[in-house]
Parts: sequence; C-alpha cells; structure tokens
Amino acid sequence: MILFGFLIITSFAIMRLRNLFAVVMLSGVFSLLSAGLFVAMDAVDVAFTEAAVGAGISTVLMLGTLALTHQEEKPAQHSRALPLLVVFVTGAALLYGTADLPPFGSADTPVQQHVAPEYIERTPEEIDVPNIVTAVLASYRGYDTLGETVVIFTAGIAVIVLLHSSTRRRRREDGKEADT
Amino acid sequence: MDHHFILRVVSKMLIPPILLYALYVQFHGDFGPGGGFQAGVIFAVAFILYGLVYGLDHLRRVAPPSMVRAGIALGVLLYAGTGAFSLFKGKNYLDYAALADAEHAVGGQHLGILLVEAGVGLTVASVMIAVFIAFASRAPEIKDTDW
Repeated sequence: MILFGFLIITSFAIMRLRNLFAVVMLSGVFSLLSAGLFVAMDAVDVAFTEAAVGAGISTVLMLGTLALTHQEEKPAQHSRALPLLVVFVTGAALLYGTADLPPFGSADTPVQQHVAPEYIERTPEEIDVPNIVTAVLASYRGYDTLGETVVIFTAGIAVIVLLHSSTRRRRREDGKEADT
Repeated sequence: MDHHFILRVVSKMLIPPILLYALYVQFHGDFGPGGGFQAGVIFAVAFILYGLVYGLDHLRRVAPPSMVRAGIALGVLLYAGTGAFSLFKGKNYLDYAALADAEHAVGGQHLGILLVEAGVGLTVASVMIAVFIAFASRAPEIKDTDW
C-alpha cells in the first residue's frame, strides 16, 4: 500500500516536471518501486528483471538519449482536451476490466487451475530444478524462450544498423569535405 | 575525466563483484530467482559502468565491437544449436533428454537448461553492450563541466 502511494506520487511528479533529466531519474525510481511491489506480491523473478532492466539499463540508455537531445521538455503546442479524454476513457476501461478479476491471492482462479498445477507437480521429477519458473521458461516452453532470444537479437541488430549507419555516413561526409 | 579519481577507484572496485554476481545469477538461476535474461543485463552493466567512467575508447578495447556483434549471434546459435543437436539425436527439437543417456534424462534437462540459459545470457549481454556503444558513439563527449 505504501509502495503504491509512492508510485502514484512519482508518476504525478513525472507529469509535472519539465526537466527531462529529473524525469529520467524519477522513471528509474518508478521502476525500482514497482520492483519492490513485485517482491511484495511474491513475483521475485519479475522483480529481478524490473530492477535490472527498468531501473538499470533503460535509465542509462535514456541518459544516453538525453545527451543527444535537449534537457528541457518543450511546452505543449496543441490543446490538452483530447489526450485527457483518451486517458479517462482508457482508465475507465481498465477499471471496468478489474471488476471481473478474481480477488487477489484466491486459489481457484482460472490461471491456477489450467496448466500451473501440472507444472508444479511434474517439475520435481522431470526437470529436478527448485525454480519452477526456470523449468517452465527453459524446458517446457523452450520454443517461446528461443523466440524471445531471437526478438532481442533482431532488436539489437536493428538498433546497431540504425545508429551506426548514420554515424558512418556522417564520418564519410566529413572525410569528403576534408578531401576537397 | 582525469580528476574523477574517486569515481575511478570506486568503479574499479565495483566491477569485479558485478561480474561475479552476474555469473552467480546466470548459473544459480535454477535454484533461485534469476536466469539468462537478468544475468545478461547485469553482466552488461559492468561493461557499461566501465565505459561511462573510463570513456568509450577504453570500453572498445575491452569489448571490441566486432566481438560484441559476434556474441549477439553466437548466443542465438548456442540456443538453436542445442535444439538442433537433439534433432540429430533423433529426439524432438529442444528435447534436452537427448543430451544425456536414457537413464540420466534429468541430467540432460540440467545440461540443456544450462546451455540455453548461457545462450540467452550471451545474447542479452552482447545486445546491451552493443546498444550502449551505438548510443554513446553518437553522443558528444560529456564535458567535465556538465557534471
């Protein structure tokens, strides 16, 4: 509950601030807080990923992006009525959706009754690793994880190609100018 | 950045434990929270910290971009190759039982998980380092007065 309160305070602070450096730092804080929230909800693996990726790497990459652009956010040019309407409609839809969710922590939710009991039952004898998340990720759902790895591979290659080709072109143009 | 002496010393002391922790997360992922994705990110963080403090040229010397780019592909190849190996052994794709004798099927699972997690970790770490290098080599060098 306290963590939730801090999350809301952080998001309001992010909305109010114009200094992008502070916004990046606060979004790192936001990630760390939600990682703490995941720990409180017993999702340690998710929390670990959130802390490492959300609070760590993406903050550094955002800072790298900031170094390429400006420190201050430009004031909005257009009216704010339409974005506000979109936010309210989306929020109402989400609230409407949560009404159908089973209560937090209840044992007879559809998620708990589908394949999860089978994984929990079969992992000790078939895979024999204490962390069932790892067993599901790497063994039972190895195809999915292979797909995820290929997605990371493709995304990484794309970023390298996009960023490197432009620097190389600029360098080549600089070289040409130096020649003439 | 010559006068950031404390920063240099502290980061030099921090980098080996970060690398060690990444390896712990990588190989202890079966027993506690963690695994290839998280370990790859933590491993890359050590390199990024080095690059931030000591400059991009030093980072390029430690992790040559060509090697980092090769690592991206090698990780995926390690994962896919593990699957292909079990195909050659006459089992289904990614059936780790092929990695060990029939009576040691569980051991095959352990080895298979270890191999594919290593592939995931290698790819994730390489992508993160490569993306950082790609970003940082575009940026103008941070001046000492900006700190």
